Amino acid sequence: MKKKNILFRRSFLFIVVMAYLITGFFDTDIPVKAAKLSLGTLIRLIPVFLLVLFFMALFDYFINILEVAKKINKTSGVKRYLIAMIGGLISSGPVYMWYPLLKEMRDKGIGCDSIAVFIYCRSIKPPLIPIMIFYFGLKYTIILSFVIAIMSIIQGIIMMELEKINVL
Amino acid sequence: MIELLLGTIFLLSLVSILVPKEKYTSIFGGNHAVDSIIGSILGSVSIGSPVVSYIIGGELLNRGISLIAVTSFLVAWVTVGLIQLPVEAAFLGRKFAIIRNLISFLFSMIVAVTTVILLGLI
Repeated sequence: MKKKNILFRRSFLFIVVMAYLITGFFDTDIPVKAAKLSLGTLIRLIPVFLLVLFFMALFDYFINILEVAKKINKTSGVKRYLIAMIGGLISSGPVYMWYPLLKEMRDKGIGCDSIAVFIYCRSIKPPLIPIMIFYFGLKYTIILSFVIAIMSIIQGIIMMELEKINVL
Repeated sequence: MIELLLGTIFLLSLVSILVPKEKYTSIFGGNHAVDSIIGSILGSVSIGSPVVSYIIGGELLNRGISLIAVTSFLVAWVTVGLIQLPVEAAFLGRKFAIIRNLISFLFSMIVAVTTVILLGLI
């Protein structure tokens, strides 16, 4: 999966370069204007990216997601949702990487509700918050993150009710 | 992540030079409900780092697309996974994957409307 991802990323970059070259054949102004626009965006984003890298390193160093997963197993009620939320918040990488662990958790008796809360809360990415603020502003980022956190609990409750009536 | 980011920024710049603003507004007609559904559908079928969705979302906002549509797009991008649905179903069960994604799709629009309303109030 990882090799495929790297191949996809490099192919994507190659396709973009080809798109610039092809448009250049028709009108040299188009790729020049587009490249200038891209460079302007990149320059504005450099400090934000540095901040993101710093946060990512900080999260990787201090937080062990597996410990959080174990804690979900040992708790119940609202506390379980809160731990699932924290797990979702700090988990990084693509979601499919987490499916084996989530399956294991489910096999060990963790309800669908906690799994759903975990997956939904993954949509809030603390290390990427500086980029979100850059594009949408601080107020929007805070409100959206708050609304997503609330909705993750509501989704958990819905999943729990569906599990109770054997829909899941 | 770097290759993907560079590629996205350069591709979006090229698209923004090539595609006139009116084209975007012809897809998103200006009706909040319909735009929100379109944003959620686009987000659901997209895949990749959330950073890419922020860049695209920012560009859509600059092109005059409503914040509700952009928010639906951003939220669906990270909560709905149509492409990875078979993998999710294989690990967590078919019913779980389908129902979770359906709820997340509906929630992406609810989150968008709620966020924009709160943004106006606060």
